[in-house]
Amino acid sequence: MQYSPAPLHIPDGFLSLVVSIICWVISAITLSAAIARSNKSLGERQIPLMGVMAAFIFAAQMINFPVAGGTSGHLLGGALAAITLGPWAGMLVMTAVIVVQALLFQDGGLLVMGANILNMGLVTAAIGYGLYRAAAAGNRTLKLTVAGIAAWLSVMAAALFTSLQLWLSGTSQLQIVIPAMLGVHALIGLGEALITVAALTLILQTRPDLLGENSASAKGSRGWVVAGVLISLAVVLLSPLASADPDGLERVAEDLGFLGKGFSAPYQLIPDYTLPFLGQSNLSTVLAGLIGLIVVGAVIVLLGQGLRAKS
Amino acid sequence: MHFDAFDRYHETNSFVHRLDPRIKVAVTVAFILSNALLPDGAWIAFGLSWMLLLFANIFSNLGIAFTLKRSFVALPFALVAITVLFSIPGNPLASFHFLLWDLTISDTGFLRFVSILIRSWLSVQMAILLVATARFPDIIHALGHLRVPSILTTIIAFLYRYLFVLGDEVFRLMRAREARSAAAGRRSGRSVVWRANVAGHMAGQLFLRSYERSDRVYNAMLARGYAGHLETINPHELRRRDYITAALALLAILFLQLAGRL
Repeated sequence: MQYSPAPLHIPDGFLSLVVSIICWVISAITLSAAIARSNKSLGERQIPLMGVMAAFIFAAQMINFPVAGGTSGHLLGGALAAITLGPWAGMLVMTAVIVVQALLFQDGGLLVMGANILNMGLVTAAIGYGLYRAAAAGNRTLKLTVAGIAAWLSVMAAALFTSLQLWLSGTSQLQIVIPAMLGVHALIGLGEALITVAALTLILQTRPDLLGENSASAKGSRGWVVAGVLISLAVVLLSPLASADPDGLERVAEDLGFLGKGFSAPYQLIPDYTLPFLGQSNLSTVLAGLIGLIVVGAVIVLLGQGLRAKS
Repeated sequence: MHFDAFDRYHETNSFVHRLDPRIKVAVTVAFILSNALLPDGAWIAFGLSWMLLLFANIFSNLGIAFTLKRSFVALPFALVAITVLFSIPGNPLASFHFLLWDLTISDTGFLRFVSILIRSWLSVQMAILLVATARFPDIIHALGHLRVPSILTTIIAFLYRYLFVLGDEVFRLMRAREARSAAAGRRSGRSVVWRANVAGHMAGQLFLRSYERSDRVYNAMLARGYAGHLETINPHELRRRDYITAALALLAILFLQLAGRL
């Protein structure tokens, strides 16, 4: 049985116990909210729907497309699930997918599953749905464009969260893991954006009712827009701040003291040493992030128009 | 595709196979937790953990090296931990020049790197043993007993139940694509963007087929008396053997925790 694992699933042993538990607590609280909402708003009719849709996300991850040099890209699906099924259902569906990947394929650990659910299930759904909902009143092109940006950003957010957790656990060095993870996932995210937009285009053409005003997709409250935009902003602002390290690897020597400290006191989550990141180049890096976002948005718009013109 | 094409269950009759799945899930989680709690460089405790794992392998009747063979799935992820080799101060072990950087491996960095790999390697093997000795539907049921909310276990059960159906659907879509255009693996079709777009249309098509299938599934379930939750015919009762095994396993884990701290 072919099954291609995504590079975001953290195995057991790579996160410290404290980080694992904090992530479990955040995920558990969010999921209990999702369960409470779903129990209230969904009939028993919805349960088989969500189950089959979870299988859909799992199966859709098997659809790969050749990129170059024997590598292939495929979907992660968090944004697509949240946009088509609504935010709470999307989160539950993604959680089920992550649980099965960890239990059945050992793709992702058990103790660190809270972190994997948070990164790939909850953050991606919040960004994907929140941004899409913000554009819900717009026309089709705007909606699809925003969905593409949301899909790209959701992958970047998952990569950023994974990097931060690895760093807080003392497993990786911030200066290396953030540029490496974000660099790789900037490309993976483009594939995610293209697949998500193409899938939504097809759904809008054939079954517009599934994404219309009375669908599960339109039921999420306006609070999601705020949540999605806030998390997206945090990702856009934090990524360049964390990766734009002025002196690169030469500064490792300075950080050694902090890294050593991080191991003896893993509960010290925000050490003073991170403050230098907010130095003079602050504004410029934030601007760089925003410009990057605009460029990606423009690329996606152009690609979308090009594809439509062809078809 | 067969309905259990995805299951990693190995059919044999053994002591571990006969244990209640709840006990197996609990002991697996306790073992992984114990690995996370062991300090860096607790070689004796790591060795004892491995012994425990080997005993579990033997009692499962699958051969002593069963989990070893499949235990390297998490290895590619070790890349992210490589920086730890160079980033911790300590006595330098080796120093070399790589592209632009002068890199020094310290003894504490090396210790930490190896400890992370061992923890991950031990944990993944116990997880492999869990799915090899318990059927997946039984594990889901055990999760229900262990207070995982029923809406979540039901979704997982459906995911498992319909994964092979939709897997077949994906194969049909991929076969159709290979017959017509963007076959995976070689340069065919048009640009990468075009290929991604084809993959996206396939995902959208799969979504619609899944959505419509879920309607038929629900109607069929109603026709068979579905009342909001799934039933099992496996008894799932804890016997004395289960309690004793759980107690012994937890004692062993406690002992190797002590050994790791001395």
